[in-house]
Amino acid sequence: MNTETTTSGSRGLLQAEPLLFDAGSPARTGVDLPKPKGESRLGGLERKAPLNLPGLSEPETLRHYVRLSQKNYAIDLGLFPLGSCTMKHNPRLNERMARLEGFADLHPLQPTSTTQGALEVIRQVGHWLLTLTGMHTAALTPKAGAHGEFCGMLAIRAALAARGELDQRKRVLTPTSAHGTNPATAAAAGFHVEEVAGTSRGRVDLSDFRSKLGADVAGVMITNPNTCGLFEPDIKAIADLIHEAGGYFYCDGANFNAILGKTRPGDLGVDAMHINLHKTFSTPHGGGGPGAGPVVFSEALAPFAPAPFLAIDRDGALALQEETEAGTVGRLCAFHGQMGMFVRALAYMLSHGSDGLRQVAEDAVLNANYLLARLREHYHAPFGDGPCMHEALLDDSTLKARGIETIDVAKMLLDEGYHPMTTYFPLVVHGAMLIEPTETESRAEVDRFADTLIAIAERAKGNDTAAFKAAPQLTPVRRLDETRAARNPRLRWREAQRPE
Amino acid sequence: MRYLPLTNDDRAEMLKRIGAKSIDDLFIDIPKSARLTELVDLPLAQGELQVERHMRALAEKNAPAGRNASFLGAGAYRHHVPASVDHLIQRSEFLTAYTPYQPEFAQGGLQALFEFQTQVAMLLDMEVANASMYDGSTALAEAALMAARVTKRKKLVFSGGLHPHYLETARTFCEPHGLELVVLPAAIDGEAEVTKHLDDAAAVIVQSPNVFGAVTDLKPIADSAHAKGALLIAAFTEAVSFGLIEPPGAMGADIVAGEGQSFGNALTYGGPYVGFFACREKFVRQMPGRLAGETVDADGKRGFVLTLSTREQHIRREKATSNICTNSGLCALAVTIHLTLLGAAGLKQLAQLNHETACKLADALGAVKGVEILTRRFFNEFAIRTPRNAADLVETLAGQGVLAGVPYARLAPAAKMDAKAENILLVCATETNTDEDIARYARTLKAALS
Repeated sequence: MNTETTTSGSRGLLQAEPLLFDAGSPARTGVDLPKPKGESRLGGLERKAPLNLPGLSEPETLRHYVRLSQKNYAIDLGLFPLGSCTMKHNPRLNERMARLEGFADLHPLQPTSTTQGALEVIRQVGHWLLTLTGMHTAALTPKAGAHGEFCGMLAIRAALAARGELDQRKRVLTPTSAHGTNPATAAAAGFHVEEVAGTSRGRVDLSDFRSKLGADVAGVMITNPNTCGLFEPDIKAIADLIHEAGGYFYCDGANFNAILGKTRPGDLGVDAMHINLHKTFSTPHGGGGPGAGPVVFSEALAPFAPAPFLAIDRDGALALQEETEAGTVGRLCAFHGQMGMFVRALAYMLSHGSDGLRQVAEDAVLNANYLLARLREHYHAPFGDGPCMHEALLDDSTLKARGIETIDVAKMLLDEGYHPMTTYFPLVVHGAMLIEPTETESRAEVDRFADTLIAIAERAKGNDTAAFKAAPQLTPVRRLDETRAARNPRLRWREAQRPE
Repeated sequence: MRYLPLTNDDRAEMLKRIGAKSIDDLFIDIPKSARLTELVDLPLAQGELQVERHMRALAEKNAPAGRNASFLGAGAYRHHVPASVDHLIQRSEFLTAYTPYQPEFAQGGLQALFEFQTQVAMLLDMEVANASMYDGSTALAEAALMAARVTKRKKLVFSGGLHPHYLETARTFCEPHGLELVVLPAAIDGEAEVTKHLDDAAAVIVQSPNVFGAVTDLKPIADSAHAKGALLIAAFTEAVSFGLIEPPGAMGADIVAGEGQSFGNALTYGGPYVGFFACREKFVRQMPGRLAGETVDADGKRGFVLTLSTREQHIRREKATSNICTNSGLCALAVTIHLTLLGAAGLKQLAQLNHETACKLADALGAVKGVEILTRRFFNEFAIRTPRNAADLVETLAGQGVLAGVPYARLAPAAKMDAKAENILLVCATETNTDEDIARYARTLKAALS
């Protein structure tokens, strides 16, 4: 393996790049502004604290960030099989549309007579979401999936309060396989979380679920398709049981992409569900956001939806009802949600249409099952006795004999030029590897990825454990010491950190 | 379908390899009664040209700020964003990357976040900052919850100058936790009133510049709060202000939360934006949100990772400090690039220009008969009162190409103030406003009031 160092610190096309604070200086700038006069009417509240923000000229700025960008993996570079994260292609038309002056240069508090087109976007996105989900009312303000979960659970809270049962109904049931955001959200909404066991087939254990129902249950939070990549076949029974018990059904819609046009959550008994526009409707993940997490409600929860929402005024124009009403969710953020994401999502929906969206679900599920079919002889598939939905779940149990674990497979994939799958999640499967290829991968790409994973499995059978532990070798940095980072946190650059 | 690479031949062969007769064999777990057999009632697929036509028609139904003389602030600000910012954030490696959970494949994004955290901390003069929140309002709401955790107290005191939407958002976040919210009446320049309610308070929450644009010396408020064991949470909506005014960290703030949209991010009708969240280092384990941290790799080389994740939902579940997961990564990148282009020198100049433009605007509007300037010390926005209902006035001026400001009553319909809250208009000027814009505003306002 090449460990030679170079004089410049760069290695071929991979350019070395220092921290901004070592490269820039407070006197340098990449903007030209008119010279101000220096007038101040701040009466002594002018800044006296030092301001040492380093600046760079425009060419230096371009290089700094382009060089940094070359140390990032991205969908546009290759298959990004993170299960549950839905890393699909981001159409560039949507970027162009979001940057139209009529959307990008619109202030949220302009009079609505000057923003009718923006309100129409909100209306149309809501219409598509309601038609696809079969639900009653859409709330578009939540800014990401977890914010949407919060919105949904607060609506359940408000509904229970309206019934006078909030004090007695404090328990929320979640399966052990749930996303971490589900229990965190239930707690944020003031509920206690109780886990429901899963079956050996990766589904909710209906008898355990039934045994935990009672007059103190507020609701259940279930991801469907679930985090094992499987559809819950008892979903309607679960909905009926929670309703009979006086609770509500929150569905985590992170995996809605798998069932677009195939079934509607509204027909399954769901009361509230968030939809990650940055997953199902392909708004870019941007290295960790921004997302958008609109929530759709059943008729039972619709009266408790958050402000602001769309209204029609006397002249038939679109208006915003911005005032919060007592007994509802209230306000979730400063303005009207992620307009930039609504524009992208609407362009995505229009591009695909009802036929294309169903094809999205079918191809996503087809790619995942094809991958599972190719890999199940080489890795253990814990629930591999039937078809999966949009993601294939494997584990590391067949590799363990050689001391090789999921993390080692992941790091080997890095050297092969692939971002790894989701690892160690869901928690119910030890050493889980959750693989979501998405519908935007060709068969050739899926085959190439499968070939790579098969080769890694073969190599794991040999006496090659040390190579696995030493991976990755070909990345800009090698395995990073995360324990050290957490034990002695260095969360910012400081003057004293300047290298000698 | 241009986004779907599989051909019908691929599909047939793949089904065969799987051992399925048809695609519907893969969906057998969906209860039969809930399976859709027909397409849902929505339009069919369209080409780029047709979609673009549809979207452009919608965009044309809006009157963008830049085609008017625009004077709106109150939580969202129109600043010039250098061309290279938008170019860089559209690079595939930033735009189409995921949250940096595999650090060896995300050093670019992680280093940028580490730099962002440092820049935010420097700007606010705070010890540490996180990798962003959804927006300023949710950042503030999380700050209130964090203060309650840190102090183990339940009372939160909100100033009457806090942006009403921030207050309402905080109310939504706090309600489930049984916290006591003391909300002071709306006041143009009354941030210090919070110090009258310090007994057993977890924190006092003040905003500077506040929603009326008033700039406040936070030092005496911090001293009083600390003497009673309470924290000072400083909120802000206009981050550019700290290029000119004393930052909250230098005046004793314990937690600072606010909106960072002003740097690098377009108005976009309210989102996506980017929340700044900073605090004292000793509170870091109670912080919400992601944190990038420095470490070394197996060869001892410097690298960056997401760290202190035992605070977060994917590890800690119901005991997490927040449920936040996806935040505002790409918006934070836009902020950090814009701040890099500015540097201290450029930022000071930008802030100074904003202040001077707002002073010019105040002079021009103050000279119009019937207009009263309500905010004494301001940065780039201030409140005015006119004899007319502010919402009506805004509507009238919008018809003449002037976006005159934000009626305060739109933000706080129930606010009780000394006199005529419905006549208060919040106005803002930035470096994007020309002398001609200001003259036009004064001219049309004069006509509307005469």
